[in-house]
Amino acid sequence: MAQTDERQEQPVSRRKFLKNSGLVLGGLVVGGVAGSLLKTKAPPAPQAAPAAPDFNQALMYFTPEQFRVVEAATERIFPEDEHGPGAKTLGAAYFIDHQLAGDWGFNSREYMQGPFYPGEATQGYQGRLKRREIFDIGIQEMNNYSTAKHQKRFYELEPNQQDGVLKAFESDEVKLTTISASGFFKMLRASTLEGVYADPLYGGNKNMDGWRMKNYPGNQMAYTQVIEQDKFVKMDPVSLRDHQHG
Amino acid sequence: MAKKLPKVDVVIVGVGWGGGIIAQELTKQGLTVVGLERGKERKTEDYFMVHDELRYALRYELMQDLSKETITFRSNTRIRALPMRQYGSFLIGTGLGGAGVHWNGQTFRFLPYDFQIRSKTIERYGEKKIPDNMTIQDWGITYDEMEPYYDRFEKLTGISGEENPLGGKRSSPYPTPPMKQTPAMKMFADAATKLKLHPYMMPSANLSQQYTNEDGVSRAACQYCGYCERFGCEYGAKADPVVTVIPVAKKSGKFEIRTHSHVRRILHTGNKATGVLYTDVTTGEEIEQPADIVVLTSYVFNNARLLLLSKLGRPYDPATGKGVIGKNYAYQVIRGGATGFFEEKEFNLYAGAGSLGMTLDDYNGDNFDHSDLKFIHGASISFSQTGQRPVANNPVPKGTPNWGKDFKAASIKYFNRALGVGAQGSSMPFRQHFLDLDPTYRDAFGDPLIRITFDFEEQDRQLAAFTADKCGEILKEMGATQIDVRRELGPYDITPYQSTHNTGGVIMGASPDISAVNNYLQMWDVENLFVIGASAFPHNSGYNPTDTVGALAYRAAEGIAKYAKGSGGLLV
Ligand SMILES: Cc1cc2nc3c(=O)[nH]c(=O)nc-3n(C[C@H](O)[C@H](O)[C@H](O)COP(=O)(O)OP(=O)(O)OC[C@H]3O[C@@H](n4cnc5c(N)ncnc54)[C@H](O)[C@@H]3O)c2cc1C
Ligand code: SF4
Repeated sequence: MAQTDERQEQPVSRRKFLKNSGLVLGGLVVGGVAGSLLKTKAPPAPQAAPAAPDFNQALMYFTPEQFRVVEAATERIFPEDEHGPGAKTLGAAYFIDHQLAGDWGFNSREYMQGPFYPGEATQGYQGRLKRREIFDIGIQEMNNYSTAKHQKRFYELEPNQQDGVLKAFESDEVKLTTISASGFFKMLRASTLEGVYADPLYGGNKNMDGWRMKNYPGNQMAYTQVIEQDKFVKMDPVSLRDHQHG
Repeated sequence: MAKKLPKVDVVIVGVGWGGGIIAQELTKQGLTVVGLERGKERKTEDYFMVHDELRYALRYELMQDLSKETITFRSNTRIRALPMRQYGSFLIGTGLGGAGVHWNGQTFRFLPYDFQIRSKTIERYGEKKIPDNMTIQDWGITYDEMEPYYDRFEKLTGISGEENPLGGKRSSPYPTPPMKQTPAMKMFADAATKLKLHPYMMPSANLSQQYTNEDGVSRAACQYCGYCERFGCEYGAKADPVVTVIPVAKKSGKFEIRTHSHVRRILHTGNKATGVLYTDVTTGEEIEQPADIVVLTSYVFNNARLLLLSKLGRPYDPATGKGVIGKNYAYQVIRGGATGFFEEKEFNLYAGAGSLGMTLDDYNGDNFDHSDLKFIHGASISFSQTGQRPVANNPVPKGTPNWGKDFKAASIKYFNRALGVGAQGSSMPFRQHFLDLDPTYRDAFGDPLIRITFDFEEQDRQLAAFTADKCGEILKEMGATQIDVRRELGPYDITPYQSTHNTGGVIMGASPDISAVNNYLQMWDVENLFVIGASAFPHNSGYNPTDTVGALAYRAAEGIAKYAKGSGGLLV
């Protein structure tokens, strides 16, 4: 997938980059990330090892049934095609699972005090439910709707039937009382894209293949050499893991 | 009973750009200064793992924790204000350096017109041009008086730029040359020049080259890393209070910073402030810090809120138009822009810097004739290349589905083939737009939240449609194969991000009837209380605010030093 022949820039490790750039760091600002990095010891030479299993691919929040629904839905939102892998292969559903298990799932950095009143759309989310609770309900309702309509659970449907269900949620054609169907769909769509494109450290964007599809080089140290170039510069991506171990 | 500490010369509430500049300048004058900051300590080393879009840009790692404190919002007084439960429209800074840590660094001066907006509008178009409810006023200071302070803030931060051909007069050039120019920026410049407009390189606090300022602070050149807006700079290249003013103030030995210190009240007897009351959030202890001079630098919202909570100044009443605290809340009209899709060209859009771009001011301020237009003022129009990150950027031409196979194909294809030309529209104050205390919702301490009453008006709708068309014309000249123009502004919606350019609430002016502070940002009603920030802007211009915030902070520091050494009283 990496188009080595077209590559004009080699990804540089932090250490090498800092040595090459002769970077000047703040006078009064002692140290800095860059400074402290220069002092760290070089990592041991890489050894060829057999591919280890991905220990990250286990569930922190979803039940296996919930996971199946979410995985199938993310794949319809971002399907595998001639451009490359879809959300399923990229691990977006694991990403969502892991996110729901933490701060984001608990809305812990958001204002969740009452009183709760329905507001105008321009006032934003005003519900009392946390994201994990919205997912619980939304997933259940997707199965309910699928069963009512096609006598099958969501993940057992044909892809075009699944699209129909998702559209019914997106357009609020599904009438729900506890949550907004379209609000749930929006969250599902947004978190699918996060799972496809966030740093692989979070469990999605497996092998950085989401980034490769978009010709996104990940988080390189610097683009001073690229910034003025007229030609598109393709690079093999680097991730935060490379920042720590590179 | 709160623990009472020994008195200091000056106490500062909040240590961002405002607080940092005050601390640096007043310690130079030999004053002892204590800075109280509700958030945590910050340093460049924190940014080892900063190139993380999810954590910083989408989960708001560096911003205020809304579970503890937020704002409430309603579009008008007839509906109930509700809390901003999640981030959207703007992002509030916290911690050492405040929002100055994760800003972009686009550092524009306001226009001479801005400071005398009312008299200049009347002079050119007559009084009728100003709608009844539009409460614009002159600032009580002119551009020429502001110029030396702009110059100081730009030298402090080392701004990289070239002269704006349509801007106010400069006493000296920018301290460092402009940033590098990308092919897309060049296309914008060429197209604009062909259209007889006046493009110039966006003034940038990201640094085109290594720079050492007058206080001996040396910073590295920007690396165009593309993780700037919403991120801290691991190189110390981006001007940020933590790598400029704060270490200088600390080095003086006269500045003490106390982080995790949440100020809840300004204490006062009679017409004088006596200090502040704060909570050490790590222990819950209540502490009183007495001071001769109190300086509020806690951003627009808390500047207004602390005054209202402490019952200082005269609260604004929209029904009568009387009172000043909370008056003239304004924002920014951002949505009138356009996106161009280029079939034939792929740009290196992943590379960029927070303030890398080109701007033109042909449609800003009163640089063009408004006789036949139904709005005043205007917008700066820019193409900026701030570093396109993959989760947030999925540009697709109008008509493309929002998900599924076609969405995937288009969003991948256009990720490096779509350019946005945007307008940063000015925002005029209206009688019905204001800040006050919310009657229902409270922060983690039980204190009322600040309430915003604000909506877009006809002025804003006209402006957005006008600037959107101009952006579209430029993209056409740039050769875009498809152009989506956003003419419709809609109502003000707190959910999509627009800009953290909130202004007003504690505005400046020439007299106490129409303003809360004088042109040294000294409270008319409380002579030893200074209120610094964009809260002082009587309206918002078609630019980002921080050059003007920094300049006003320098002016206020001069005033505070004068006040401290003199025999008191109002400086104006
Ligand atoms: C993503 C983003 C991008 C931006 N880009 C630009 C740009 O390109 N150009 C530009 O001009 N502007 C930009 N801005 C705006 C700019 O960041 C602000 O104008 C500027 O930082 C304001 O400085 P300040 O000192 O007034 O407030 P702040 O930086 O907000 O500092 C206020 C400080 O006070 C503290 N505080 C608040 N209340 C209390 C309390 N009760 N007790 C104790 N401490 C308290 C806060 O924690 C904070 O640290 C941007 C903002 C954001 C969020
Ligand atoms: S773009 Fe430049 S100024 Fe911004 S964070 Fe990266 S290196 Fe720093």
